[in-house]
Amino acid sequence: MSTVDDARALAPAEPFSDGPGQAHAARLGMWVFLASEVLLFAALFTLFAASRTQHPAAFHEGVAHAKKVLGSINTAVLLVSSTLVALAVQVLRRGRTRVAGLLVAGTVVLGGVFLAIKITEYVEHFGEGIQPGGRGAFFQEHATRGLAEFWTLYFGMTGLHAVHVVVGMTLLSIALLGILTGRITAPSAHRLEVFAIYWHLVDLVWLFLWPLFYLA
Amino acid sequence: MTTLPIAPDVAREPAPSSSPIVRAPSYLGVDTTLRSWLVTTDHKRIGVLFFVALACMLALGGFFALALRLEHLTPERTLMSAHTYNRMFTLHGVIMVWLFMIPSIPSSFGNFLLPMMIGARDVAFPRLNLASFYVYVAGATLVLLSMFASAIDTGWTFYPPYSSSTPTALPLALLGVFIVGFSTIMTGVNFIVTTHTLRDRRIGWMQMPLFVWSVYATSIIQVLATPVLGMVLLLVVANNAFSWGFFDPARGGDPVLYQHLFWFYSHPAVYIMILPGMGVVSEVVSTFARKNPYSYKAIAYSSLGIAFVGFLTWGHHMFVAGMSRFDAGAFGLLSMLVAVFSAIKVFNWTWTLKRGAIRMRTPLLYVFAFLFLFVFGGMTGVAVATTSLDVHWHDTYFVVAHFHFIMVGGTLTAFLAAIHLWFPKVTGKLYSERLGMLSAALVFAGFFVTFFPQFLLGNGGMPRRYFDYPPRFQALHVVSTVGSWVLGAGLVVTLGYLLHALFWGADAGANPWGSRSFEWRTPSPPPKHNFREPPDLELGAYDYTRPLEGEPREPEAAS
Repeated sequence: MSTVDDARALAPAEPFSDGPGQAHAARLGMWVFLASEVLLFAALFTLFAASRTQHPAAFHEGVAHAKKVLGSINTAVLLVSSTLVALAVQVLRRGRTRVAGLLVAGTVVLGGVFLAIKITEYVEHFGEGIQPGGRGAFFQEHATRGLAEFWTLYFGMTGLHAVHVVVGMTLLSIALLGILTGRITAPSAHRLEVFAIYWHLVDLVWLFLWPLFYLA
Repeated sequence: MTTLPIAPDVAREPAPSSSPIVRAPSYLGVDTTLRSWLVTTDHKRIGVLFFVALACMLALGGFFALALRLEHLTPERTLMSAHTYNRMFTLHGVIMVWLFMIPSIPSSFGNFLLPMMIGARDVAFPRLNLASFYVYVAGATLVLLSMFASAIDTGWTFYPPYSSSTPTALPLALLGVFIVGFSTIMTGVNFIVTTHTLRDRRIGWMQMPLFVWSVYATSIIQVLATPVLGMVLLLVVANNAFSWGFFDPARGGDPVLYQHLFWFYSHPAVYIMILPGMGVVSEVVSTFARKNPYSYKAIAYSSLGIAFVGFLTWGHHMFVAGMSRFDAGAFGLLSMLVAVFSAIKVFNWTWTLKRGAIRMRTPLLYVFAFLFLFVFGGMTGVAVATTSLDVHWHDTYFVVAHFHFIMVGGTLTAFLAAIHLWFPKVTGKLYSERLGMLSAALVFAGFFVTFFPQFLLGNGGMPRRYFDYPPRFQALHVVSTVGSWVLGAGLVVTLGYLLHALFWGADAGANPWGSRSFEWRTPSPPPKHNFREPPDLELGAYDYTRPLEGEPREPEAAS
């Protein structure tokens, strides 16, 4: 029994024999997972569509009351953050690790800004007596049927989105750490790229939430 | 669609030396510590881990089923309170559907075999694969913990309004199911990417073993349908724990909308359960008829067809929940379309068997049981997809019998066929063929005696989930209970001789069935990296026209 064979048999099985194959698999895996994420939100969008069809007046009233300015600022924040992370991937591919690190850090910070604004909104709504489930003083004064549903959906959908922002920030922080410690470099840029793709989905979902809750 | 001529029966030359030169130990022998199993990224070991966990869940769900059947021995209270009965049938459903059926074949046999069937060393994301096991364990633990709180009594479908107000530990159990869903999605993503990126260059899409096709189609459903269920379960938890009232009409919600969202997942989930079973049947039929499938492409594409149409049929669960006549008609017709794809498969399998060099072995016996029960269950499925009939059968034992024919008669028998087909592959040992046949007969007879009377009960008007029933139904209930114990006995016998074979079974050799499928072109049990050297893929996965090189003698000792 040769020791070479033994060593090979004991090593963990690395399924890919080449780097490009691994990068391709990682990208494909993320895209397939994103399809799953889209369906996760699709259930809520379906719920929204059905409720809005049943209570158009209440939903208009709800949108009119939403914090349009804060919501729109958040849209800008997310769009800029997405641009930064996309640039980071390109820059990293060209080997400019330090710039890439800065851009990723910027993305994470903007994610934090988004959350801060979001929390401000929530706090203001709670102050007005708007709580999920139709509880709070607001609903005693405004008894339009379906209004409770609108605000419950608002908290549910933006809340789930906020969870995704937190997950995205965590993933990008891990990538940032990888860049700083030199584990993610130009040849392994796909590791940053898959997280960036995830971040774009977070951005994209917001681009649907924004008109539904603030503009329509 | 030509049928290749049949190869002469397995070569009769003596088996090659019983002690082949061992250069690397098998995946079982590489490292035998408990730790090496718990942190393994080897898809084969993860498959075995899943199998053990799934078997425990099957035993637990089966225990509840036997208790439920005992309760129905008499028209009134027999051995448990009505509340316990409600919790028990709910747990039976939750455990069997989410902790056993849905992950069953893909997570255990899919994990073990899929990479080998495409000539790969492992799945594309081995660490994610291990994570999916622990996520499954975490979710299952939450569900089991809920049993020690106050369990859950809504039925496995969690319909509001009752699920919004039940005082039982619903949030705990549902969070458990939600977490198990992540495990399902991880496995699905892994299999899709593995099939695309790690196939050996010499194996094209139309050369893959059919089991891979069925697992691939299943993975698509898992990835696309599971998140919707996850979301819906979160909404139910929010309703129950925080009283968010999403489906509460008083606050502008719609309880029927819940049913739409629930069945949008849970109907495709039926195909998550049955499609891998169909893949197993394709493998067993070819292996034991020693012939190529009558039409490979028809079987492969019909899997995708079922996966696709399965997304468009959910409304047939809701014919009496309030639905326009047009919608009901459309959903009814689309549901019947599934029967067309299924029939394509069934006719293909029977045509493959025709004039095959059939060798009657336990897996094939299970496949015969599968064919009979699946066609029976499928035809009653067409019957309940007919709106005018469903209105009468809805929520009766007829429906219970129908889906148990598909789920147990289909999936469980396919799962058992898979166990018997691949037991020598996984363990390198042979089980007792005689006991295998005996328990297959017990399982089939027990199953039929359990569930056939339930068609009659339902047709006679016995509603499902009822604790008490009119005395005129007692005779049929008693027959059904007797059957359930025969079924249970069959499974216990199976466990017994498989455990015996695991420790004291005869050596199986690399390929005891003489199968052409790619996973058999390496020793049994396989070495850690599946193939010691790149396998010879010259011969197709279903080419029985030539004997395999060094094909071992068929083990006579087993029968």
